[in-house]
Amino acid sequence: MSTATATRTPAPTHRAGGDSTLTGTGTLIRFILRRDRIRVPAWLAAITLVQVTAPSTYEGLYPTEADRLNQASVIGENPAMKAMTGPGHGIDGMYTYGAMMGNEYLGFMVIFVALMSVLMVVRHTRAEEEAGRAELVRANAVGRHAPLTAALVATAGTNVVLGLLVALGMGFSGVDSIDWAGSFVFGAAFTAVGLVFAGIAAVTAQVSQYSRAAAGMAGALIGVAYGVRAIGDVSDNGLSWLSPIGWAQASAPYVDNNWWPLALAAAVTAALAAAAYTLSNRRDVGAGLRAERTGAAAASPLLGTPAGFAWRLQRSSIIWWTIAMFIAGLAYGSAVDVMEDYADNQTIQDMLDDIGGATITESWLSMIIAILAIVCTIFAIIAALRPRREETSGRAELALSTGLSRTGWVGTHVAIAMLGGAALLLVSGIGIGIGAASAMADAGFFWHVLGATLAYAPALWLTAGLTITVFGLVPRAIGLAWALLAYAIFVVYLGGLLQLPGWMQDLSPYTHIPRMPAAEFTALPLIILTVIAGGLVAAGLAGFRRRDLEAT
Amino acid sequence: MAAISASALAKRFGRTVALDGLDLRVEAGEVHGFLGPNGAGKTTTIRILLGLLRADAGQATLLGGDPWGDAVALHRRLAYVPGDVNLWPNLTGGEAIDLLARLRGGLDKRRRAELLQRFDLDPRKKGRTYSKGNRQKVALIAALASDVELLLLDEPTAGLDPLMEVVFQDFIAQAKAEGKTVLLSSHILAQVEKLCDKVSIIRLGKVVQSGTLAQMRHLTSTTIEADTAQPVTGLDALPGVHDLQVHDGRVRFAVDGAHLDGAVRALGRFGLRSLTSQPPTLEELMLRHYGDELHTNGTAAAAGSR
Repeated sequence: MSTATATRTPAPTHRAGGDSTLTGTGTLIRFILRRDRIRVPAWLAAITLVQVTAPSTYEGLYPTEADRLNQASVIGENPAMKAMTGPGHGIDGMYTYGAMMGNEYLGFMVIFVALMSVLMVVRHTRAEEEAGRAELVRANAVGRHAPLTAALVATAGTNVVLGLLVALGMGFSGVDSIDWAGSFVFGAAFTAVGLVFAGIAAVTAQVSQYSRAAAGMAGALIGVAYGVRAIGDVSDNGLSWLSPIGWAQASAPYVDNNWWPLALAAAVTAALAAAAYTLSNRRDVGAGLRAERTGAAAASPLLGTPAGFAWRLQRSSIIWWTIAMFIAGLAYGSAVDVMEDYADNQTIQDMLDDIGGATITESWLSMIIAILAIVCTIFAIIAALRPRREETSGRAELALSTGLSRTGWVGTHVAIAMLGGAALLLVSGIGIGIGAASAMADAGFFWHVLGATLAYAPALWLTAGLTITVFGLVPRAIGLAWALLAYAIFVVYLGGLLQLPGWMQDLSPYTHIPRMPAAEFTALPLIILTVIAGGLVAAGLAGFRRRDLEAT
Repeated sequence: MAAISASALAKRFGRTVALDGLDLRVEAGEVHGFLGPNGAGKTTTIRILLGLLRADAGQATLLGGDPWGDAVALHRRLAYVPGDVNLWPNLTGGEAIDLLARLRGGLDKRRRAELLQRFDLDPRKKGRTYSKGNRQKVALIAALASDVELLLLDEPTAGLDPLMEVVFQDFIAQAKAEGKTVLLSSHILAQVEKLCDKVSIIRLGKVVQSGTLAQMRHLTSTTIEADTAQPVTGLDALPGVHDLQVHDGRVRFAVDGAHLDGAVRALGRFGLRSLTSQPPTLEELMLRHYGDELHTNGTAAAAGSR
């Protein structure tokens, strides 16, 4: 400003468009798209691909009308199946492939859509505040509501794109009964669930000060939504109308093509967003609505030991996993009697025969034990990755500047990964055993199932051991730890269906576990896997002792 | 006996040279200031001394042992405070203090209580709720409450307020009185001037100067200001005198340590009314080593903006 005009006090000026609480939203949206330029397309591609390949898979699974009607009667007569699928629109008629997609796939797939939305909203709201970056952004010419608005607009846009991709992919699939009108309702159902959970995450991001808690609360609500619709669909009492997943299924794509339940979802999304804005006005940047509790002023005697220290860091994770695995085991174990209904279905016979079981029940048990064992391995990998997380967060630097040795530090976490993983197998086995023994009214099942589940421990140990090898030798490539697990899942699910050659199946450690109760017990593979696991841990520890600690 | 001795330490990260033949000697029982701007190699040096990084070349001895091979045994005899303290989000500050001290081999409970009170830290809060300054307090209290011979402190008070800075200085003085050795990396020059017996200045991965402040000052110039009865003449012809300014019977100049005596004698002949002498500040010592870098950066930035 020149001295000639300095004497006049300039009136506050409004630029074209005005400065509002939304100023800067557009820039922030572009920033979000830039930051998520790989993550979001990956989510969209994964969800779309899994969904649009489903109709042709179903053509193979249920080739004839008789197969489809059999499936309809299995679902119609069995509450457990209804709980796992949907309310059953179209099962009283022809139960077309379209109806099957709406009833059996939609409810399951939208869980991932909800998860994508929750993570995306939290990542761009609470996580930014927690890291202190939001403060930096808000200090610029950015309105109070701009970050939340940008996150919601970007997430909503992502869900709209996802809905379109799914609708187009389904429409072009060319499978009988999958028409365009139904495909657009189907895609819109994906979008609707994504929107509602974006709104839910926007609210939880205001409540908690921590992004993990915000995502956890919203994530738990996804589970609640699924559970509520399961109970509602089984008891047929309208309870499903309390669940966003229930609304998606109520749209009954390819059967009734109802748009109005999706309109309900849109209205609820608007209400949730409004609630999030209201809550955000009542708090400061970085603060939550809930105050943080205080804890102990001094450490317990256990915490001062290396093992106690590692246990303390992993304790809550172990507790939650234990509860979840027991419930999952119980649920899958109880479903065992349903399997007898599939005795006539050729494809399911093929899938299970591959295991070489005596009865379809035993084959089914072998299958679910393998799947739950792989899920337990996820815990073991996460636990074995803990040293890496501590390293990249800079906390390892402080811990390893004390009398804690590198070997002792990693070793305690490895022990928790391996023993904790084995304990989860035990708990899952107990769950499946109780479920199966009571469903079949045969106590003998319990011990068979328990032994069969525990037999997976060596495969779990090997996977955890590989994680430590990667950590010790090539820490930057830590993602490799997940590759073996992904491969194992691929082999377990599709190895039989795709007729993979033997050597490809043998690359997965899980292939070598005797598939009890369908197959006989053999000790040798278990011993070999355990020895390899030990060698991998030793290699990882040796590598870690020799390398620099990476610090920020 | 030297508590720390390093010679010709070298370390590179990919194409970046972090240390380029660094020599450092810290005697037992001394408080040694480790000065240099960000990126000079202070933290890398300390991490090598802790055995967290392995030097590419050179020798280092810490408390008579090998920092890499004897890491665990040495760590029981020292305590470290990183410049950027990261705490476990679900452990309280009190738990973190106890954990770190116990993993070093035990803590003095009375000292812990005193430190908590003097540093005004609430030990019941979870790690994730502490500010940067409070996280630093947690690591400092854990270090100062541990019974150790050597303290490695990497910019330990960067997040502390001036009141806490005073508390920190008290405890370092106390540690020195107890015969502990302290390596204090810092760029707060006043803190170093107050606490340190010796100083090493590091630049681009090398120690460019090391010694007591008195020794260093002798190598640089003292600023003299004087009021005289008669106008001062001929001073600029004396050896070691520069930046001479004469103004209304007031004279101001800088003189090298070795020529101070001659300059003051010469000044006396003009009838001294008042005389002040200012020893070089640490800033001036630092700028002697970094002045050219500031200059280079200035031109580089100008070139970059074109």
